[in-house]
Amino acid sequence: MAMADTNTPPAQMQVSDEVAITIKGMNKWYGQFHVLRDIDLTVQRGERIVICGPSGSGKSTLIRCINALEEHQQGSITVDGTPLSSDLKNIDKIRSEVGMCFQHFNLFPHLTILENCTLAPIWVRKTPKKEAEETAMYFLEKVKIPDQANKYPGQLSGGQQQRVAIARSLCMKPRIMLFDEPTSALDPEMIKEVLDTMIQLAEEGMTMLCVTHEMGFARQVANRVIFMDAGQIVEQNEPESFFLNPQNERTKLFLSQILGH
Amino acid sequence: MSDTHAQSVAFVRTKEIAAKAPPVTDSGAVKWVRDNLFSGPFNTIMTILGIIIVAYLLSGLIPWIVNGTWEGDNIQECRAILAGNGGGCFAVIADRWPQLLFGFQYPDYLRWRPTLAFLLLFLAVPPALFIMFLPRWTLIATVVYPFIAYYLIWGGTILSPLVAALALAGGYLVFHRVERRGFVQGLGAGVVAAILIVWIGGFIASAGSNVLALETVESRAMGGFMLNMILGVVCVSLSIPLGILLALGRQSSLPIVKGFCVVFIEFVRGVPLITLLFVANVVLAYFLPPNANFDLIIRVIIMITMFSSAYIAEVIRGGLAALPKGQYEAGDSLGLDYAQNMRLIILPQAMKISIPGIVNVAVGLFKDTTLVSVISMFDLVGMIRGPILSSTQWTGVYWELWAAACVLFFTVCYGISQYSQWLERQLRTDHR
Repeated sequence: MAMADTNTPPAQMQVSDEVAITIKGMNKWYGQFHVLRDIDLTVQRGERIVICGPSGSGKSTLIRCINALEEHQQGSITVDGTPLSSDLKNIDKIRSEVGMCFQHFNLFPHLTILENCTLAPIWVRKTPKKEAEETAMYFLEKVKIPDQANKYPGQLSGGQQQRVAIARSLCMKPRIMLFDEPTSALDPEMIKEVLDTMIQLAEEGMTMLCVTHEMGFARQVANRVIFMDAGQIVEQNEPESFFLNPQNERTKLFLSQILGH
Repeated sequence: MSDTHAQSVAFVRTKEIAAKAPPVTDSGAVKWVRDNLFSGPFNTIMTILGIIIVAYLLSGLIPWIVNGTWEGDNIQECRAILAGNGGGCFAVIADRWPQLLFGFQYPDYLRWRPTLAFLLLFLAVPPALFIMFLPRWTLIATVVYPFIAYYLIWGGTILSPLVAALALAGGYLVFHRVERRGFVQGLGAGVVAAILIVWIGGFIASAGSNVLALETVESRAMGGFMLNMILGVVCVSLSIPLGILLALGRQSSLPIVKGFCVVFIEFVRGVPLITLLFVANVVLAYFLPPNANFDLIIRVIIMITMFSSAYIAEVIRGGLAALPKGQYEAGDSLGLDYAQNMRLIILPQAMKISIPGIVNVAVGLFKDTTLVSVISMFDLVGMIRGPILSSTQWTGVYWELWAAACVLFFTVCYGISQYSQWLERQLRTDHR
């Protein structure tokens, strides 16, 4: 999906010096298979990072490690000053502050849109129901589907479902958002509405890590693009230099393949 | 294609095609009959053959019912009244109806108590089954019912069911408090608290054995369809929660919990229910202290519950396995803990998938309660086989009695099945 050319980012999009996520020397194996190798990554608050790479390169696994959906075996991850350890309290704390959107939305099909959005605030944050519903409606309006609040996820289109998923995460007032290929399961017509929502979020200064192949999106909102291959970070740069002047041979090949048609 | 573009390969639609109603074909009863009964030579033959078989069966059944008699005190009188007209001797049902329902040992002047308990069942069950239409507080009726029913059917002091209710409430409260530290710790603490209350309460109940006491009826006096209902209702309502725990335990990452659940499920599924019932009847007595008065009905309830909970656990495991991994991850990523994730997201969906399987087990369980007749308990089947058929008055009246048993069981099982289908429709949220 081609996006409009980069303009100067709005004032809120400036990156602060505060550190949001630190990953140091992280390694992960699936059995004998070494999926993530010596990952070092620091994310500043307000940064918007796009991670791309061929399938199987470990990019999804990397962001799933950040909220402990996957366990890493070596190295350290610190999110908002909380170290990610096997301590369940820390994991729950991190998860409630890090929102995540999945490729297949993963809405709860047995609950209405509104219930999807209020469930976690009510049970995890112990927010009163009425207040949770108000917050949910606020975010549903923001993603432009307040009129669907009482429907079930099965009645919505893919794009609408993904926007609900974003609203559901936002209801927890997260400080960091992770996106795991949020548009890969969508029809072309619906990709734009989801990307627009994400751009809006970026403009409000949300810290975002986004695994995606939407290079237009990367150009427009990312302030860093990371290219991964075979479980390693191969190259990272500002989008402009990354796309116009890739250094690594593997990156060049990848870019020529995804941009070459 | 409009005329202007007819000659060119390129095509631009200039006028939108309006939606039209589907074509009207012949419909109604005639069409249905033609489509479904006589759509070809083979189907026509099958239809005629089917009609002949049904007619033959009805030609025997209808006179049996219509010409049957409900009068007479024994088989000879019955036969005299019928005078060979092919009717059934339903007099046996009229004569022995109380025995079919309550067994032959339950004191007849106390039969109002199980009858009342049965009627109260219709107040206690709807809150559990139709909670979506009723306010939540009505569930109190469901929770309180078992203790009232026990008090009514068995009698004795009201303190015993009261202690049991207190133990349950106390156990739940402790569980609720400790659950924050972890589900397993909470469960353990809850069970310990409940046992403690039962132990202390046991002394109080035996000291005050005359407080509001109803006349006690021993367990071996229970019989007839009442016994089947008691076993069915108790075992179904116990084995569903137990089955859920076993299914979750089997998925657990804690090796001891998982190991216990796997061994339990595989062992119980590998053993016939009859064997377990014989164990309950005979073998358990060897393991218990000589004076221990461990009620036979409770032993049977334990065995049937164990048996069906293992099956229900496997049914629910199927439901859990059918859920996409993303549902677990979505709950996790929102910061829900294990218990919340299971209760709010995973189980509601897994249970919905498992409804047909659970109902299958529940119906099977209810019918399997007749197996207690082989360990000399006089349930409905035991009553018919034993005291009624071997009595001098009614020896040889097979058809009528077994038909009555069929009707009783069919009514309940059909009801369960209809309920489950209705529930499935209610819970369907994935359609447009």
